[in-house]
Amino acid sequence: MIGRESGVYKTSYEADMALYPLPVAKVAAIVSVACLAAFPLVLDSHAMALVNLMALASIGAIGLNILVGYTGQVSLGHGAFMMVGSYTAAILTMRYGVPFWLGIPLGGVMAAAVGAFFGIPSLRIKGLYLAIATLAAQFIVEWIINHSTWISGGAQSTIYVPTPAFFGWEIDTEFRRWFMILPVAIIAYVAALNLARTRIGRAFVAIRDRDIAAEINGVNIFRYKLLAFAVSSFYAGVAGALWTYYLKIANYEHFTLVTSIQYLAMIIIGGLGSVLGSVFGAVFITLLPIVLVYVVEGSARLAGYEYASVADFLANLRLIIFGALIILSLAIEPEGLYRLWGHVKRYFRLWPFSY
Amino acid sequence: MRLKRWLAGALTLGVASIVTPTIAEHTVKIGGQCDRTGPTRLIGVELCPGVSDYVRLVNKKGGVLGHKLEYTEVEHGYTVDRGVEAYERLKRDGVVAMLDYGTPIVYALTPRHMADKIPAITPGFGRADSIDGRVWPYVFPMAASYWSQAGAAMKYIKDKGGRKGTRIAYLYFDNPAGREGIPIVEAVAEKEGYQLRHFAVPSPGLEMSPQVIDITRRFKADWVVAHLFGRSPSVSIKELKKAGFPLDHVISFVWGSGEADAKAAGWGDAQGYLGLQFAAVGRNLPVIQEIIKMHQQEGKEAPEYVGGVYYNRGVLIAAILTEGVRLAIQNHGLPVTGEKVAKGYEAIRNFDLQGFLPPMTVRPDDHEGGGWVKIYQVKGTEFVPVSDWVRGYREEVMGLVDKANKKK
Repeated sequence: MIGRESGVYKTSYEADMALYPLPVAKVAAIVSVACLAAFPLVLDSHAMALVNLMALASIGAIGLNILVGYTGQVSLGHGAFMMVGSYTAAILTMRYGVPFWLGIPLGGVMAAAVGAFFGIPSLRIKGLYLAIATLAAQFIVEWIINHSTWISGGAQSTIYVPTPAFFGWEIDTEFRRWFMILPVAIIAYVAALNLARTRIGRAFVAIRDRDIAAEINGVNIFRYKLLAFAVSSFYAGVAGALWTYYLKIANYEHFTLVTSIQYLAMIIIGGLGSVLGSVFGAVFITLLPIVLVYVVEGSARLAGYEYASVADFLANLRLIIFGALIILSLAIEPEGLYRLWGHVKRYFRLWPFSY
Repeated sequence: MRLKRWLAGALTLGVASIVTPTIAEHTVKIGGQCDRTGPTRLIGVELCPGVSDYVRLVNKKGGVLGHKLEYTEVEHGYTVDRGVEAYERLKRDGVVAMLDYGTPIVYALTPRHMADKIPAITPGFGRADSIDGRVWPYVFPMAASYWSQAGAAMKYIKDKGGRKGTRIAYLYFDNPAGREGIPIVEAVAEKEGYQLRHFAVPSPGLEMSPQVIDITRRFKADWVVAHLFGRSPSVSIKELKKAGFPLDHVISFVWGSGEADAKAAGWGDAQGYLGLQFAAVGRNLPVIQEIIKMHQQEGKEAPEYVGGVYYNRGVLIAAILTEGVRLAIQNHGLPVTGEKVAKGYEAIRNFDLQGFLPPMTVRPDDHEGGGWVKIYQVKGTEFVPVSDWVRGYREEVMGLVDKANKKK
């Protein structure tokens, strides 16, 4: 009802192609960025940690969605590419004194190179077979990092990095870390939105919808499939590098196969082929288990149970509820939370005069 | 006017009467993480009740120097992001001492503990070189590191007749924690002239016959030192038994020496299997008896796992936490802060809880409390001690710690 389309007349192609064609949408975008930037003013450090974790997950999820949602190439190796970014950033910072704002894109570049390499099988195999091929990437990268001490920094496969600093401004609290993560997240978000509208993005979608048709129409499948892997892994690498600077440590156990599957879950729940959906999914998967802790344990306390006596039951109950909520959200809208959000928006489009 | 004043007076009195007792009785907030749903849930569901039971016992007996402990457990399912959340939540709630659960989580949280000056107890989870408190002032492994465990296992072999040329197989889970024992095993083997070979078991470690055939047929090992996690210890027991290897020549590190491992392999097949322990095992211990009595007073029978390996490890953690808080209050007074608890830990001298613990002595340069373990053996359906508190090759271990920390 606020975002009325009537009266908006586009007179140029640029206006028609704009990311936010409605004036109100532009305002909404600016306001939401301002709200995000104002989080440290209202939230405590515990809540900020949650927000940071969600933003980190969002970046990785957007990256995976470019590959899986837009290009239609299933990947189980996302965690491995995050690992590459993470260790690249840590090595660059620890051994070569590279500042964090340079380490983040360089981690992405390294991951992009590795990702493109492991994307080569996608030229011959599709679907579930590709998933297994990328699964191999997960194990190979993990093994290499684990067994080459030059990369892993010793038997513990762990590299500590000093507190990142932006020209003397030490990023040492959850509040400050937000200002390290948020700009990257916003750039990642806007870049992904724009990517979908370019020639490259359309080629990705064409490959997803039917690769043979795309090839006949002049899309160079070889190039664009590898590009999709590279772009997606770049995002993963950036997320991994940020993770390193966020925790001040690079450790391969933070990016296991479980992580890869979790990211797949995020984009499926959030909505394949949607940037905002990736964010929704990241928030869902990161936040829900933690919210459930408060809800389930809070209600048990209200019902008069002592935590220690029912801890096991509660822990498993949470797991069951979490699983049920995943099934429920997919049953309500198989195309994800993004679609659900679309329904809500559509309902309010002509509200209160809908017909 | 008069009514108003009277009301105000009554209110003040009322509020005062509510507030006063809480001022007189300072509660000390401590917290810990647990995994009850993740890959190490079999350990978590027994270890975590050990922690909370002991804290309850302390409170029932009047608290620490008259101050009640308030213990908060946060379950994180062995995931790193929820571990970070757990830490931030406990920090927000004013917790002064924490138990960190899970190797990847310990790694992720170490920088935070150092920055926020809240000491973490990381028994059997952290890296071996973190026992040097001059470099890691807020990390307290408080139990024998993998290096110390390797030293103790090698000493046991020496005591049982290890000599020049004895063949030792180091069977380990192929991850950083699994590889951690290698330098000590190697150093000792070189010193004593043993023949040593490594046998890596890739994750998840459910298939071990190639390694076992290698160990028993080709290498013809005299001893096996096993450092495995999860389900793989039970697989190693079964496979070694099947190959006819004498299990009383197999020594497992602490995460392969629980009842669950012997049970999964079958108690009958596990006879003779040796395992290292941080804390005494069984119910025949004063502390455990007190806990059982507490359960009975509450009208319940103590659960079966009370007195088991992992439960007792939980009691060990809580006992050290409590002792640290006690010394913090005694030496530095109220209010208790993270820094004071860290100093409290470092003031622990010969704390053994009537034989339940090794004689723990913690110093700024030794955050593992001496690096003691006790060796237990499977007999019947329980672990029985075959040694006193032991440690071995201390110079080699501490030398390695120094070397690792100098590199940084």
